[in-house]
Amino acid sequence: MTVNMTKGQAISLEKQGGGSLSQVRMGLGWQAAPRRGLFGKRTQEIDLDASAVLFADKQPVDVVFFRHLVSDDGSVKHTGDNLVGGAGQGGDDEAILVDLQRVPVHIDTIVFTVNSFTGQTFQEVQNAFCRIVDETNGQELARYTLDGGGNYTAQIMAKVHRVGSGWQMTALGNPANGRTFQDLMPAILPHL
Amino acid sequence: MTAELVRGQNHPLPDTRLEITVSAGHPVVAGAALGDERGKVPGVEWVAHPVAPSLPGVDVPRQAAADQRLAVDLAAVPDAVHRVSVLLALPVGTGGPASFGRAAAPYVAVTGSDGTEIASYTITGLDSESAVVALELYRRQGAWKVRAMGQGYEGGLAALLGDQGLERPADLAASILETERARHTPAAPVQPPAPVQPPVPVQPPAPEPAPAVPHSAPATPGTGGPISYTHPRRRAAAPEPAPAPAPAASTAQAPQGPSVPVAGDAAGWSMDERLYNQVWGMFEDLARTAAAYRSACDFAESRLDRELDETLSDYRSRVGGANDAARSAARARHDELVERAQEVLDRDLAQLAVESEVVEPALPPAYARWDNPVWHAYRPPAEEPMAVRLGDLHLPERTELRIPMLVRLPMERGLWVDSGRGRSEAAGLLDETELKRLALDSAVAHTARLLAVHPPGGFVVHVVDAAGAGAAALAPLVDTGVLAAPPARGAAGVSAVLEQLTERVDLLQMALRNGAVDALPPGLDAARQLLIVHDFPHGFDDRAVTRLRYLADEGPGVGVHLLMVADRADAAAYGPVLDPLWRSLLRLTPVPDDHLADPWVGHAWSYEPPLLPPGSRILRQVLAQVADARPAKRS
Repeated sequence: MTVNMTKGQAISLEKQGGGSLSQVRMGLGWQAAPRRGLFGKRTQEIDLDASAVLFADKQPVDVVFFRHLVSDDGSVKHTGDNLVGGAGQGGDDEAILVDLQRVPVHIDTIVFTVNSFTGQTFQEVQNAFCRIVDETNGQELARYTLDGGGNYTAQIMAKVHRVGSGWQMTALGNPANGRTFQDLMPAILPHL
Repeated sequence: MTAELVRGQNHPLPDTRLEITVSAGHPVVAGAALGDERGKVPGVEWVAHPVAPSLPGVDVPRQAAADQRLAVDLAAVPDAVHRVSVLLALPVGTGGPASFGRAAAPYVAVTGSDGTEIASYTITGLDSESAVVALELYRRQGAWKVRAMGQGYEGGLAALLGDQGLERPADLAASILETERARHTPAAPVQPPAPVQPPVPVQPPAPEPAPAVPHSAPATPGTGGPISYTHPRRRAAAPEPAPAPAPAASTAQAPQGPSVPVAGDAAGWSMDERLYNQVWGMFEDLARTAAAYRSACDFAESRLDRELDETLSDYRSRVGGANDAARSAARARHDELVERAQEVLDRDLAQLAVESEVVEPALPPAYARWDNPVWHAYRPPAEEPMAVRLGDLHLPERTELRIPMLVRLPMERGLWVDSGRGRSEAAGLLDETELKRLALDSAVAHTARLLAVHPPGGFVVHVVDAAGAGAAALAPLVDTGVLAAPPARGAAGVSAVLEQLTERVDLLQMALRNGAVDALPPGLDAARQLLIVHDFPHGFDDRAVTRLRYLADEGPGVGVHLLMVADRADAAAYGPVLDPLWRSLLRLTPVPDDHLADPWVGHAWSYEPPLLPPGSRILRQVLAQVADARPAKRS
């Protein structure tokens, strides 16, 4: 079940079979800017960044992004910053892995965001997408196509939150503007 | 290349003529059982043991010994044989250890006919077992493979043989062990009784009805349950689809929990590296688990504060019981969160404690505590280990859960055993001389370990003890003769040693920078050097202090290391000039102290120095062996 969503659409997801999610991955992929001419180095490179903000009771307590790759408790891991993008073939260029069983008990919401660090809007980026994958079976839970997505530089993508003893995901797909997750905080808070 | 196997792992055998060597550090009885295609041993004549040591294609030693050799020719074993199990058992009544858990882990290696080692396996994780199936050679599609088994039996040899499908296993086990005991009894040097019956190549008996219970076939190794290689860190990576149905193995042990940690369960090229990585994995897991717990508690605390404040600022609720109700609700929320955090912490710590229990006995000398039996089986190593243990680390959440503090070799920084009080509480309780003595003692223990884990002659120790104040504590090093020269005394001695080492560093650096390593004088040994400085700055003039700083900065790059035993306050007269020196050294303490931070979260970890068991002579024993193994000095 892949949910292909347009921006602004929100949907609650539960693992098929009624179980709750135990491990999810947020993947982000985009196509590197084409090389130009003799001084190919001067091509404006596109750097998109994936971040995860951990909230406890509507307060941010930890964040995983390119400068803090692992949350203090080790439950959320960023695979590393990609500064230029990839082939645009659908592979993840950046990923954040969340081990929901090890998330500390007080954290009740994790919000995933995408930012354009180099400032290009999603209109200018080729083949950009972000998706949420259930790591235990490789199934895609949600996918957004970012390119051509309007004059925005950021997206608040999805939140994973506690429901009872398990977790649930809500796709948010809310466009925003900002260079890093800090700029997005005001836009994130209404979604908690 | 040698494959170091972990339990359950198999490896192809390129050769049919094999030698299997066992080194246990204590006498063991070795044997081999030949099984048919169902894995069953049809009768006693299919078991090679000291009383009947030869079967077609299999020869086992005639008596118990610490080092055993079994010769196997797989081309010569009868076609009906599909499995050769290599058995080890502890002799009874010979004064040796009563169970494998009380002694060093046995090491088994399979060598080909050309002498190359094909595979090796250290049988770790044994506890009260007194017999073990070490390896299994088995036919798979016409080729032979070896599998590391490590299947122990608390019921001893009888239980083991019974599990192999033998009828009346107790009789055979008794005859083997009785013979061994009789041989061991010094009063009567009995000749080994002639084999009851020359073993004949037996035809497999007529097929029997299929056994009702599947015997411990290769598919069901382990201690009563399936071996789980699940690591706590990766526990959640893939929840098992369904717990595999427990195999109906008729093993002698009680079944254990579903996820039994295994020593050496980490990535790496050698067992050394795997254990090192596993210890670091445990270290990180503990740091992260504690971080999760602490942040949850902190959050609960701050939320409670905030909610209590809110109840106070709300005028309306001050009258009546609403206020009290709100407060107790806030407290309940706090307690509930802390309780859940505690539950998770307990779960993770229990998992780590189980892992630690498995890993700790399996550690090689370089990583082992001084009370680990592996030190009694110590032999000078052939190569340098990856790292060395400098002590234990623990967190206040679970003080009994100790993580070995492993430091990579060659060391990048010098060591400093702080003989001053610092801010440590434990140090404040001791008087100054006692603290100084403890500091030197632990420096000697570190030095002994470094000497022991380097190959013979690969590590040279110099000592500077200007006033001779450390003579008593240094005695183990001096008496056993492991030092390059007697401890240097007086200002002249200090500067002579420093000059010698400075020259060495200069020379080696020059050679390295210019790429002229082959131009070094032929007499220069390649050994690493360690300089122990006691009683600093006694006997040091300005020139010597400068040289010392030079050694601390430049030495580690060319294998010259520093171990300072000093109180920073003693050198206060030098002012801030020495600050870079102290900062460049790894500070250790002779008493427990929490001054070390982990690289992930930055918790303050309590460091505990390595302690020798009280009254133990292990240090001197090990040092004596180091001294013996040293290559003869060139004159």
